Parts: sequence; structure tokens; C-alpha cells
Amino acid sequence: MSVYVDKDTKVIVQGITGGTARFHTKQMLEYGTKIVGGVTPKKGGTEVEGVPVFNTVQEAVEETGATASVIYVPAPFAADAILEAVDAELDLAICITEHIPVMDMVKVKRYMEGKKTRLIGPNCPGVITADESKIGIMPGYIHKKGHIGVVSRSGTLTYEAVHQLTEAGYGQTSAVGIGGDPVNGTNFIDVLKAFNEDPETYAVIMIGEIGGTAEEEAAEWVKANMTKPVVGFIGGATAPPGKRMGHAGAIISGGEGTAEAKNRVMKECGIKVAKTPAEMGETMIEVLKENNLQEKCKTL
Amino acid sequence: MNIHEYQSKDILRNYDVKVPNGHVAYTVDEAVEAAEKLGSSVTVVKAQIHAGGRGKAGGVKVAKNLDEVRTYAEEILGKTLVTHQTGPEGKEVKRLLIEEGCDIKKEYYIGLVLDRATSRVVMMASEEGGTEIEEVAAETPEKIFKEEIDPIVGLAGYQARRLAFNINIPDELIGKAVKFMMGLYRTFVEKDCSIAEINPLVTTGDGEVMALDAKLNFDDNALFRNKDIMDLRDLSEEDEKEIEASKHDLSYISLDGNIGCMVNGAGLAMSTMDIIKHYGGDPANFLDVGGGATAEKVTEAFKIILSDSNVKGIFVNIFGGIMKCDVIAEGVVEATKQVGLEIPLVVRLEGTNVELGKNILNESGLNITSADSMADGAQKIVSMVK
Repeated sequence: MSVYVDKDTKVIVQGITGGTARFHTKQMLEYGTKIVGGVTPKKGGTEVEGVPVFNTVQEAVEETGATASVIYVPAPFAADAILEAVDAELDLAICITEHIPVMDMVKVKRYMEGKKTRLIGPNCPGVITADESKIGIMPGYIHKKGHIGVVSRSGTLTYEAVHQLTEAGYGQTSAVGIGGDPVNGTNFIDVLKAFNEDPETYAVIMIGEIGGTAEEEAAEWVKANMTKPVVGFIGGATAPPGKRMGHAGAIISGGEGTAEAKNRVMKECGIKVAKTPAEMGETMIEVLKENNLQEKCKTL
Repeated sequence: MNIHEYQSKDILRNYDVKVPNGHVAYTVDEAVEAAEKLGSSVTVVKAQIHAGGRGKAGGVKVAKNLDEVRTYAEEILGKTLVTHQTGPEGKEVKRLLIEEGCDIKKEYYIGLVLDRATSRVVMMASEEGGTEIEEVAAETPEKIFKEEIDPIVGLAGYQARRLAFNINIPDELIGKAVKFMMGLYRTFVEKDCSIAEINPLVTTGDGEVMALDAKLNFDDNALFRNKDIMDLRDLSEEDEKEIEASKHDLSYISLDGNIGCMVNGAGLAMSTMDIIKHYGGDPANFLDVGGGATAEKVTEAFKIILSDSNVKGIFVNIFGGIMKCDVIAEGVVEATKQVGLEIPLVVRLEGTNVELGKNILNESGLNITSADSMADGAQKIVSMVK
């Protein structure tokens, strides 16, 4: 078991003929992901890495039976690509694209209300279920199958956490990057809920960063609902206020969104917080010990 | 992206948002000329810098005649204003807004921001104009009214009316206030603003509702479709190293410390600053080279870090995903060849093509200290610059 994706998930790649998408299509296929098609308007009938390309998402879905899409379309056209995935009634659309205008995402979110598609991202590394399916851009080899769920707003910080866990002998179920934008499709609570319901996930690490109050809301949710231990880390404790730290959503404004506030609320809600990014793995191990999960969580 | 007050007001005029008449001036003579052209009995001389709190810092003066305009323009132009938003070094005034004075009856606040929790734009209004909205929120939150806006419908007339009534705009001016809010919302959406703040909005003796001050910030990611906004960028208001970095699509922010950082990924870059601080050091910058960086881009990044004379050591922290470690290593070697390296350099490489990357660094003959982990690297660089 896992969350959102597994070895049977059929995936199409939107924007498959672009350079980055080609590279990652190859990487995903090598990992074992079932990439069944690609979409680039006016490139229908061609192939990329042996994968058939279609002109529209609808056509790709009808021909391949795909239920998920990964989007590498350039920012000015990415919102439209998400809408197309939603319109085709896919279960899952994972948008890797960075730098999508916020107003585009505000409209996309509104359009998605009441629709069946779950959007992950944008501006995220994607979702991986260890040894089964990798949908996105993360380095596959650092992930090992196990029982820890990972959810994060940052790509490389996710790799850092996964690497620390794997090195220490603790594999993962799935790692979900929810992205660094202020408007995203799936938030911490959605993913925590999914991990809470996943019988194979025994503990979760959530990695946040400065900006907004999503971590605080997630911490309150954990306190009220989560039956599994959660470890946390917040990046950006030393970031100056009013500056956008790389991610569009990573900004302290009007005194809101500080790492200090997030750490405080997480601790109050029973989440053990790693003191430094180098201690995310160790902190998880301590928590597993406290909960007698150390043996159960070893890499499979 | 930030722009000046006078530029914001020019944009708002195009959307039928009422603002006082005014002109920009770069010199004292231009200031006097602008005041003559306005011909108003009272003229306001306003410093134009990308920071709030100008009034308290002496950057806004009311002149009763042209001589006073001249005196104030001379006083303010070239002056360095230190406000709560400029930092202790302050900002030099290079432009003035010369504006006609108005007979203020009452000050209000109107603002538009993205509400991240609902993914909607929210209009906020308060009758406590002229004070910072964060202060109002902390002290008298009941005096802030909010309307969440459906992006499909836009700001509805009833919502604008409700706000206007809630903040006690006089009945006879409700229509004008609504028109003002509608125009402000249209500006926000059509120009892809990230913040639109009118503080204060004023009602005047002659029955107007207008923006006495105006602050518009824009979504950098939408500038590709707002070329007119891009043209308003004032580079002299920005950090030189940040400008250089933006030319190369590097995400760089200057800080006060002495340890230069080069990292891939925003989250890891922030955390690298955090861990340097944790071990008693001080980061000189935030730098995310991004996922698709080439060796050339890495070289540019390295040069920018080295152009900061405060930098006494560099920590390169890379977790390669899309970013390949050998590309980083090539960039580092190339940059040090080009600009020379006389300060300690600690490199931590992990992820895609890590062995290739390490080999390139080892064979380069450069004096590079390698680190096994993020913590190891941070500790090493902190001890080396001490």
C-alpha cells in the first residue's frame, strides 16, 4: 500500500516533447513507472522514448486508459494544462512546473471545486511510491521501500529527509511534494489524512517552510485526528521578513509565516520538531523508539 | 516586483481609481516646475523610495508656496531615509512625487491580497486609515472587514457596498467608494498584483474618495504578460548582486553574514542558512541555483558570491535530483579558475552523479574541503571562517 500512486498507476506526460519532460520520461520509465502516453498539441502520432504522443489529454486518456498525469508544460501554459487534465476526469494531476502566475492558480482552484481530479503541486518534485512508481523529478535511487510517509513543500529538502531515513535503514511508503507555491492543489492535511488511512505507513515526516499558515493548520489537524507519530521540520528560521526565499510561497509578511510560530504550534500539537535539517532522520528514529516502532519500520 | 508610489498612481488612474494630480521630479527644478503646473494652493513633496514609513522619516512635506516646494525638494532629494522597512542603512531619495494637496475629511484603509488559506483574493477595509494594517489587526481586529472574492464573478457590487457601509463611508459617497474598489480590484487582476494597498484612502472636503497613498506589488511570475509593468522596474532600488543574479535566472538574496552559500532548491537553500546559524556562523546570502543549472550558470553564481567583500568562506551544498553533481563541480572549478579563490571552500555533494562530481573536484588541484553531510559541511565552514 501507499498513497496516491502505485505500480499499476497508468500515467501520461503533458508536455512530453520538451527537453526536461523527455529526460524525466526516460528516468520514470527506468524506475518502472507505467508511462502510457504523452501529450503535446500538434505532435500527435509521434513517439518519445517509445511512448505514443497525442494532441489532447482526452484522446490520450481514451486510447491508453491513463488515470494520472504529470505536467511539465512551461509556466505560461501550465494552468491550461491542469484544466485539461481536470476536464479529462483524471484521478490525479501532478504539476511539476514552477513560476505559474498566482492569479492563474486562483482560477484553476476555483474551476476544480466539485471536480474529481486531485492536483498535486504546482512547483513540486512529484510523488513517489518506493520501488513501484516515480512520477516527477526526484532521484529514484535514494528511496527504499518501508513504512515512513514523507510530505514536503520543498523538493531538495525532501531528498535530504529521504536520504537520511534510507541511510539509517528506514524505508518509505510514499514521498509527496506538495510544492512551494502559495496556491496549491493538495495541502499538508490532505496528505496527512491519506497517510493516516494507509495501513502500511506507520509514521510521517512533514517538512514545511516559512510563509502562510499551512503547517499550523496541519499541526492542529494532527493533534485532533492523527493516530500515527509525526515528525516535523521548518526551513527558513533565519530568513529575513518580507523577502521571497526562492519559492513564491516562502515569504514572511505582516509578521505571519515565521518558522518560530510554526515550530511552536507543531510542538504544542505533539509533533517532534527536528532542530536542524541534518537531524530529520535522527528525530524520526527517536520518535520510532518512543513508539516502539523501530523494528517494524526497518527498510523492507 | 515593487514600483514607486507615483507609478502605482499612474496605473490606478487608467482604471478610474481616483488619485490626486501629481508629477514625478528627478531634480529640484523639475519639482518646482511640476508644482507650478499643478497650480494648487498646497503642494505635497513626497520622497519616492521602495519602502513605507516615509512620512515619519521626514520624506513627506507639505508646501504652501513654490519657495517651500524648492526648499523641501532640496532637502529631500539625495537624502537617505531610514524607515522601519529600509533597514539601518536606509535608502537614498532619487525621485520625488509633487502632488496637489487635498482637504482630508477622514482616512480609511483598503487592501487586496491573496488569502492563502482559501486560495482567493480578499479585499480588506478598515476605518483606521493611516496606521499600518498589521497594527490594526493586532489591536482592534474587529475594525477590519474582509470580502472573499470569487475569481469567476469578480468583486461583486454588493460586496464593495457592504465594505463601504461597514467602514462608515458617508452615505453620499458610497457610490464613489464602490467605484474606487471596483477599479482597484480590476487593477489587481489585470496587472497580476500580489499586493494592492491604499493607505490611506481619504474622503475630501469637495466630496471625493481618493487614494492618498498607493502601493502596488506584482507577481514576478506574471511579468511575462505585463511588459508595461516590467518597464517600471527601478534597478537603483534593488541590490546589485540580486540584479546580477536575476539576469542569470538565479534566485539570490543578500544577507549580512560572511559565509557565502550555493545550494540547489529553495528549501535546502534556506535550511543551509539555518544550519550555518545553528553552528554559530552567519550566512552572507540565500542562493538557489535551481534545478536545471548549467556549468555556466554555476560559474556566474560563484562570481556573484565572490563579489561580496564580506564573504570569508563558501559552502556549496548540493543534493542533485535534476541537478547533476558533475555539472556543479565543473561550474565550481571553472569559476575558481576565472576569478581565483583565496578563501576556504567547503563542498558537500550528494545525489545524481555524485562520484563523477567528487572526481572532478579532486582532480582539479583546487584547495577544496569536502564534506560528508550537510551538518559536517556547515561545521567545517563555520570553523574555517572563525
